[in-house]
Amino acid sequence: MTTAVSFSRVSRHFGAVRAVDDVDLSIAEGEFFAMLGPSGSGKTTCLRLIAGFEQPTSGHIEIFGTKVENVPPYRRNVNTVFQDYALFPHMNIIDNVAYGLMIHGMGKAERHKAANEALELVALPGYGDRRPGQLSGGQRQRVALARALVNKPRVLLLDEPLGALDLKLREQMQDELKTLQRKLGITFVFVTHDQGEALSMADRVAVFNDGKIQQIGSPQDIYQRPQSRFVADFVGSSNVLEPDFVKQLTGKAAYASLRPEAIRFVQSDGHAATVTGSSYLGGTTRVGLALGDMRINALIAADQVVPQNGAAVQISWQESELHLMEDAQ
Amino acid sequence: MTAASPVTEPAQGTAILPGQGGWTGSLSDRFWRNPKLLLILMLTPPVLWLGIIYLGSLFALLAQSFFSIDEFSGMVQYELTLKTYGELFRPANLDIIIRTVSMAAIVTVAAACVAFPIAYFAARYARGKWKALFYIGVMLPLWSSYLVKVYAWKLILAKEGILTWIFAKLHLTWLLEAWLAIPIIGGYSLSVSYTGTFLVFLYVWLPFMVLPVQAALERVPGSYIEASGDLGATPGQTFRHVIFPLALPGIVAGSIFTFSLTLGDYIIPQIVGSSRLFIGQAVYAQQGTAGNIPLAAAFTVVPIVIMGFYLWGAKRMGAFDAI
Repeated sequence: MTTAVSFSRVSRHFGAVRAVDDVDLSIAEGEFFAMLGPSGSGKTTCLRLIAGFEQPTSGHIEIFGTKVENVPPYRRNVNTVFQDYALFPHMNIIDNVAYGLMIHGMGKAERHKAANEALELVALPGYGDRRPGQLSGGQRQRVALARALVNKPRVLLLDEPLGALDLKLREQMQDELKTLQRKLGITFVFVTHDQGEALSMADRVAVFNDGKIQQIGSPQDIYQRPQSRFVADFVGSSNVLEPDFVKQLTGKAAYASLRPEAIRFVQSDGHAATVTGSSYLGGTTRVGLALGDMRINALIAADQVVPQNGAAVQISWQESELHLMEDAQ
Repeated sequence: MTAASPVTEPAQGTAILPGQGGWTGSLSDRFWRNPKLLLILMLTPPVLWLGIIYLGSLFALLAQSFFSIDEFSGMVQYELTLKTYGELFRPANLDIIIRTVSMAAIVTVAAACVAFPIAYFAARYARGKWKALFYIGVMLPLWSSYLVKVYAWKLILAKEGILTWIFAKLHLTWLLEAWLAIPIIGGYSLSVSYTGTFLVFLYVWLPFMVLPVQAALERVPGSYIEASGDLGATPGQTFRHVIFPLALPGIVAGSIFTFSLTLGDYIIPQIVGSSRLFIGQAVYAQQGTAGNIPLAAAFTVVPIVIMGFYLWGAKRMGAFDAI
């Protein structure tokens, strides 16, 4: 499989701040790749490095096998959907979508035809005459997508494109983006701080923290087998068990992760814990537990009885659910 | 449990606070209940000023332009006529109008060209200390008297002035002389040539162009420029298709200042330049020594009409679309 984007030992420093610190990365052609991390973790800077808005301080970036140092953004066949959409307010929708084609010298009739097709692709036919200001956030997001896709980029970069949308619309756009990506076969690189979004849409996820990649893998890998406490904590709020406790169970002194939904309440032969609180989440209830010195969470199905606050309970889990982590922080 | 702190104590006391009392308290309550009252109170004085004193006197002046002057007695005849407007088209008066409008147009174009890079730097790159320095740099000339600046320029541009001296030191006297030898824009020295008038106009009105352009550019997010580059536009194309159209309302606003201020000024061409008249000087002369108020009023109408056409044209060109 062809490599669409590769980073080898790429760093980008802003003064003393290492926004991107020695990152190695390889994104395959046709892949839906998510960069996940908290704000300031370097994921957006990585995206901007691919787009060409930033130049690496050191290291090399290749796009489809070509080194792109000193290649300006306008010579890269890569398009971006911006977080604020960046639609031009002085142009109507059709001219916004046709902008890239106009720049490349395509005739008016031809580029408007292509732009209309792109608007149909994002389910906004007939919106061409309107101005960006007359559209809702979700519609502007689709226009930004159409404006990027109409240029037939080799790589499409999406910078938190769903961040400004409400929950319902966001879920709908997640499905649509995924369907669109499968249909067009374009490599998507998607930046988000929402782990649910990354897990549900991406083929592979890179988890960023402090300018470094903590873990790259399939959503299942990241969620079920986190390699570090950060990943366990950030992706789906796993419980992190202390080395002392883990040593009693497995003989190895290492941090271990345990998914909240893997914890079961049992009558006997479990670990003694105390209930510290509970929150009703709709489909499930999250129960806070004190297990020795550790605070952990358990998720129980809505039809189960929620133990009282302060009650002494016994908890248990399948041994295979306990996942030892490599880092010894 | 330790004793509860003041913050975590349960809230007590009444849910509705008593009125503040006194006339200020009841006035505040009344304004809150009736916001339009406050609006009317705030708007009445400026509307009266603008409507009666400002626009009223302007229309009184314009009305004068439809009267004429009796050539023998020198008395104003209060009969409506277009005769005075006809006088504007006499070759001598037409020359004044063409001279003034050309000067205003050239000053405006030059001010836009000089102001744009300054405004662009200030809006896109200057931060913190540098931004403060920019504002001071642009505004500082406005803090000193206009007359002082104009007389200072007369000295700078004079035959014995510093500019001639600099040209001599750079062995470029021939260039200055060649420039002064050009008909119309040249002259005996810069301070008595149209070139000098132009330079002083440009200097004096430049801040009025820089500030609106900077304000317009300030509202163009960096992501627009990045998006344009991302979609394949070179920096030149980005300027043409994104930055310039979005800065245009600012340029038009600035050009309204530079253009109309140049059209109406009567001090600068009197102090620096050839002795030929500009509209402002003509108005000054007609209403003063000549005592021809109707013709002075008719001259005043010329810049108003020109500005009207200018704004109409700017709107037609879409200069205000991005507002």
